[in-house]
Amino acid sequence: MSIDTTPKMNWWNRLAHPGQFVQWTRPLIWPLVALTALLFAAGLYFAFFNSPADYQMGDTVRIMYVHVPTAWLSQFVYGTMAVSALGTLVWRHPMADVSMKAAAPLGAAFTAMALFTGSLWGRPTWGTFWEWDGRMTSTLILLFIYLGIVALWRAFDDQLKAARIVAIFTLVGAVNVPIIKFSVDWWSTLHQPASVFTADGPRMPGSILTPLFVMFFAFTFLFITLQLVAMHTEVKRRRVMTLERKAARGDAS
Amino acid sequence: MIELGQHAEFIIGAYCGVFLGVAALIGWTIFDARRTAARLVELGDKRP
Amino acid sequence: MTGFLSVIRRDLRLAFAGGGDVLTLLLFFIIVGAIVPFAVGPDQELLSRIAPGVVWIAAFLSMLLGLDRLFRPDLEDGTLALYRLADLPLSAVIAAKVIVQWLTSALPLIVASPFLAVILTMDLDTFWRTVLSLLLGTPALAAFGAFGAAVTVAIRRGGLLAPILIAPLCVPILIFGIGVIAPLGGPGQGTAAMLFLAALSLMALALTPFAAALAIAWGRSRAPP
Repeated sequence: MSIDTTPKMNWWNRLAHPGQFVQWTRPLIWPLVALTALLFAAGLYFAFFNSPADYQMGDTVRIMYVHVPTAWLSQFVYGTMAVSALGTLVWRHPMADVSMKAAAPLGAAFTAMALFTGSLWGRPTWGTFWEWDGRMTSTLILLFIYLGIVALWRAFDDQLKAARIVAIFTLVGAVNVPIIKFSVDWWSTLHQPASVFTADGPRMPGSILTPLFVMFFAFTFLFITLQLVAMHTEVKRRRVMTLERKAARGDAS
Repeated sequence: MIELGQHAEFIIGAYCGVFLGVAALIGWTIFDARRTAARLVELGDKRP
Repeated sequence: MTGFLSVIRRDLRLAFAGGGDVLTLLLFFIIVGAIVPFAVGPDQELLSRIAPGVVWIAAFLSMLLGLDRLFRPDLEDGTLALYRLADLPLSAVIAAKVIVQWLTSALPLIVASPFLAVILTMDLDTFWRTVLSLLLGTPALAAFGAFGAAVTVAIRRGGLLAPILIAPLCVPILIFGIGVIAPLGGPGQGTAAMLFLAALSLMALALTPFAAALAIAWGRSRAPP
């Protein structure tokens, strides 16, 4: 009788091993791609052919179906990054670094799209491309934070060192984002008492909610798919870096 | 195609912009994955 | 405590021994403020209306510009490595450096602000409010700045990165700082802004030294301590 001393490979340990992570999640990619494509097809069909124009905003309500999901992702991706940052700092989980790095440019892109669609929606409904209201302003600041994080990643040569420092910055940013949101809301309501938005607003009929929900899930799954592929690439890139370093050392000796 | 009303250019612009953004993201992700995989093969990686 | 005070003394002596840095920042602050009339025209009414904002932007920019000298010289001459081995926790060293940063790069600006107030035709009441809001807000700017400098100190070419990282985080300070000076929407809002600003400064002073110490410690070593 012998005592088994090898560490148990539970799912958490498996996820912590980059090679195992790639092997485990690779079969998920194609189903995710198919699901995302299907959701987008259904969402676009509903958005253009199977939903009425809003009685107040007219057809411009259709911009909402791309605006709201991207705006949601701009915050959801930051949440993903903050959770990954905790994973880096508290558990030193190797995949958390990778997830943090993969998410930053995706978040910046979705935030930029949210701002773009928001300003195109604002022009016909408010009569201006840019309004310094609370939501647009804090989204713009969020975009700056994303771009700062991307710049911080790119400035480091040593990716392990970068991961810990970016994690600290991401968490400080996460603490700051609600403060920024609060201060910007306070500032914008004082400057323009007649707010464009009303708290209760017009109730949305179900025919508008259907395409909104479908597009919402389509964009969320798009993010998950891209994030997974980008994480696999990042794992490979680290392998490339190790091999290159090894090759350089071999040539030198 | 349905009638988009008087603000059609804004709606089409928004969708085109998001389409371009998403296409660029997908394109970059695929390109980066291919490039890194090719580099890995070039370096003669033994691991799968 | 003696270690804390000696860090403050050392950094103060260094800042004033060279002399150049403090004067350069002061000059930058004044020049930014003085350049505005050339950009918007010498309209006294307009200038006095935007004067508080101009003073705040000038202070904001000059405090961001001075960030690179916060830890970089210590990194280059090895003092930072010694600080990490000292009995004094690194966060206490950073708190001392934040205090010195405030004394050498914020206090001179506040002292020089009467000059900008005169050339931008600020009235006396607004001027006192500006001084008050700068006094309350600059500690938070110094604390956030120290965090930005700590995050980028491990990067060789991190000079411009710290201001870019920190500026978005400093937006609430700017908003409440201006809110103290030009209370919009009733007299109660000025007091509210003042309280928010003071709360932000206290929170930033209390928390950022720890975050900055973590960033420096983990940026220097390969394995986290």
